[in-house]
Amino acid sequence: MNFKTVLMGAVAGIAMAPAAFAERGADGHVNIIYWQAPSTMNPYLSGGTKELEVASLVLEPLARYDETGAMVPFLAESVPTVENGGVSADLKTITWKLKEGLKWSDGSDLTSADVKFSWEYCTSEGGGCAQSEKYNDVESVETPDDLTIVVHFAVAKPFPYGPFVGAQAPIIQKAQFADCTGPAMASCTDQNFAPIGTGPFVVDEFKTNDVVSMSANPNYRDPMKPAFATATVKGGGDAAAAGRAVLETGEFDYAWNLQLAPDVLADMESKGKGHLEVSFGTLVERIMVNYTDPDPALGEERATAAHPHPILSDKAVRQALSMAIDRELLVEIGYGAAGKVTCNVLPAPAIYASTANDACMTQDIEGAKALLESAGWVDSDGDGIREKDGKKLALLFQSSTNAVRQDFQAIIKQWWEEIGVQTELRNIDSSVFFGGDAGSPDTFQKFFADVEMYANNFDGTDPEAYMANWECKQAPRPETQWQGNNMPRYCTPEFDALVAEMAKTGELEKRAELAKAMNDMLMQDYAIIPLVYRGRVSAASNTLGGVIMNSWDSELWNAADWYREK
Amino acid sequence: MLNYTIRRLLISIPTLLFISLVIFLLLDLAPGDPMSSIPLTVPPEVKEKMREALGLGEPVHIRFLNWLYQFFVVEPQVAWDHLFGTDFAEGKQRIISFQSRSPVMTVVAERMPQTLWVVGPSYVIGILIALPIGIISAYKQYSWFDQIGTFISMIGFSIPTFFSGVLLIVVFSVILQWFPSIYDTTHTVTDWGSFWYQVKQMIMPVSVLALYNAAQISRFMRASMLDNLNQDYVRTARAKGMSEKVVVLSHVLRNSMIPVVTVIALGVPTIFGGAIITEQVFQVNGLGQMLITAIYASDAPMVQTLTFIFAVLIVLFNLIADILYGILDPRIRYD
Repeated sequence: MNFKTVLMGAVAGIAMAPAAFAERGADGHVNIIYWQAPSTMNPYLSGGTKELEVASLVLEPLARYDETGAMVPFLAESVPTVENGGVSADLKTITWKLKEGLKWSDGSDLTSADVKFSWEYCTSEGGGCAQSEKYNDVESVETPDDLTIVVHFAVAKPFPYGPFVGAQAPIIQKAQFADCTGPAMASCTDQNFAPIGTGPFVVDEFKTNDVVSMSANPNYRDPMKPAFATATVKGGGDAAAAGRAVLETGEFDYAWNLQLAPDVLADMESKGKGHLEVSFGTLVERIMVNYTDPDPALGEERATAAHPHPILSDKAVRQALSMAIDRELLVEIGYGAAGKVTCNVLPAPAIYASTANDACMTQDIEGAKALLESAGWVDSDGDGIREKDGKKLALLFQSSTNAVRQDFQAIIKQWWEEIGVQTELRNIDSSVFFGGDAGSPDTFQKFFADVEMYANNFDGTDPEAYMANWECKQAPRPETQWQGNNMPRYCTPEFDALVAEMAKTGELEKRAELAKAMNDMLMQDYAIIPLVYRGRVSAASNTLGGVIMNSWDSELWNAADWYREK
Repeated sequence: MLNYTIRRLLISIPTLLFISLVIFLLLDLAPGDPMSSIPLTVPPEVKEKMREALGLGEPVHIRFLNWLYQFFVVEPQVAWDHLFGTDFAEGKQRIISFQSRSPVMTVVAERMPQTLWVVGPSYVIGILIALPIGIISAYKQYSWFDQIGTFISMIGFSIPTFFSGVLLIVVFSVILQWFPSIYDTTHTVTDWGSFWYQVKQMIMPVSVLALYNAAQISRFMRASMLDNLNQDYVRTARAKGMSEKVVVLSHVLRNSMIPVVTVIALGVPTIFGGAIITEQVFQVNGLGQMLITAIYASDAPMVQTLTFIFAVLIVLFNLIADILYGILDPRIRYD
């Protein structure tokens, strides 16, 4: 990607911004509702989306992703690349330059020491920093002068934009947090609730899990922004109440994450007070197919590679399961405008999206039946369930408790029974299912079922770590305390080779090819059955201008540009 | 009476300790993990580090004793320091919430007024409505007043607050636009204008809860009055030529209040407990909303502390109800 064009685009965007900006604070107050209220303003202490996004009004990284997934410099002067010399040829060093004259909201200067400190803070021992993965492989950070930061990696990093980029890894003030490293991270409540930042707003009052009151940052780098003098981020209630407050009563200007039935949302929107903002990142609702046998009789070796799955090891079965699904109908009942049909587990950014698997777009019940028939799965005893070698085609299908997921389960069960696959459904409370407690038999990592459904995505725009999820060694098993992301326990040397190759390839086109190849391999082996490409839905009042919905970074990434529509 | 009170207070100490142990073990055994709401993009090793930072690596008994020490020693010290400007609690570990990493008691103190502002008035208003309705309904049993009163309390009983609350929002916020649908917890009353706004934002949640409370208490009041109205002493009072007002309000009412006072006293802890559903519906964000979010987030220290505070209140108000019994009914003596 050419960052120069991105920069020019950003500049052009600013130039085209409406003349509504009179001066800082001219547009009064903006009301934002996050129905899951933020519990802290320090994203390093909480990996939760609600905290990251609300904190992004105050704390900023060196660069963010814009709505297309391209990187835009925020505190940095420009985004370093190999072409502009900012990234060394061996991909082990990246040099960032700060913009000149940047100030913290308390009036002091932002220097490279603050940037370096942000790294030290998150990687300090015993702190439990939620974003430490962003600083993986960072060996040292040098600050030759007040504006220059040189990050040295221990290994070659084809994608060196983990540290200090995106809403997950913002810059915090050294002077404020100097005594809050390591085990002291949690006890610095005042700092965590009201961090000093460089963003458009300053925290005036923070009530945990309730409300955040903010006012415009007097030292914000653009003297004309933000247009709003004060802002409130209110929490509590549910998505329906949040949607109502923006779309029906007009009390609020912006409502985050409205996971509601498509017809409910359409009805709210028809009241004419506001509109929905949808944007697509990388979130895919998918069914994982278990390659290993979850039979309880196997004891310790249950759901491990020692015992291949008696039914699902047959590729024809996996393929038939995928063919029987009508994805368009799923999108319609579950997500409406906030969903798209997908046949890939890696749906975006555009350069990584494969078109090789698009056959899945149309349901093919007859084809699925014929496929099972030819693979030897026939219904010999007339009970409607196919069998082969005395094994019945019966599956246990688990998912987390969630109204849309249970609808999906019921309807998929119907399709599968149509092709002669008996399906038993099960749903598990999400705090257990996603909890990762090695002592619980019900986690999605243990996968003591035949197929399971959930959604996942990746941060930022680089799929390297995400695609490495399906490496052999990522399979959850007793030796790893049942941790790992390779739920299907997919394991082929070809795939692992592609992962290894991507880790040492720097060229973007090559990386895209590799990622596509990995995606296609997973799709054509039917290890993962993608269902719906899910977007984020939020609502904005018709009187709020400047909102650009973004799935690659915080939704509030450009709140400095928001204004009141006159 | 004093002896009895002291004895009861002493007995409640082991009771409360036992309750706290049961709550702790239940929370510890319950499935769920404070890391479950963290996005899947955060890798498991990082989650493990975060778990350690929360102190989850320690064995159960150590964590329980820690909590006891923090609740009974550190937190009172902090409160003392706060009131008198001393520094006994300096540098001591307080009870920390998993969600916000801030002291639980600070959040409780922050939330308490919000809950009391809404749930308190609704309880008082509920009682004020319920008592006259109960008395008149019983005195004029099967009259049209009694029928309507019964009908309304049946509605109050049977319509859940998540329905009546949303119904009010749709009518008064969406259609008529009279009241705000979202409660502003940062609002401060400084003059008549802001007081009026506070009243406007309280009307809907308070009426939903008041209806619910009034329904229950008026039924108790009515039943208790009916029990007494047919007693011999009532006939005697009437035979002595006392006016109906004296018969009903001083003879019957005083005797009928005994069970009702118990019900009212036992209901007081629920004011502090907040109204989980109503608080959610109107975004009042008091203690009830705090408890439910803490449960969802598997925030054990927060849930443990809150439920224990409720337990203390329940034990305390049980005692108060018993003492009130003795005051209202001279026949009841504990010594």
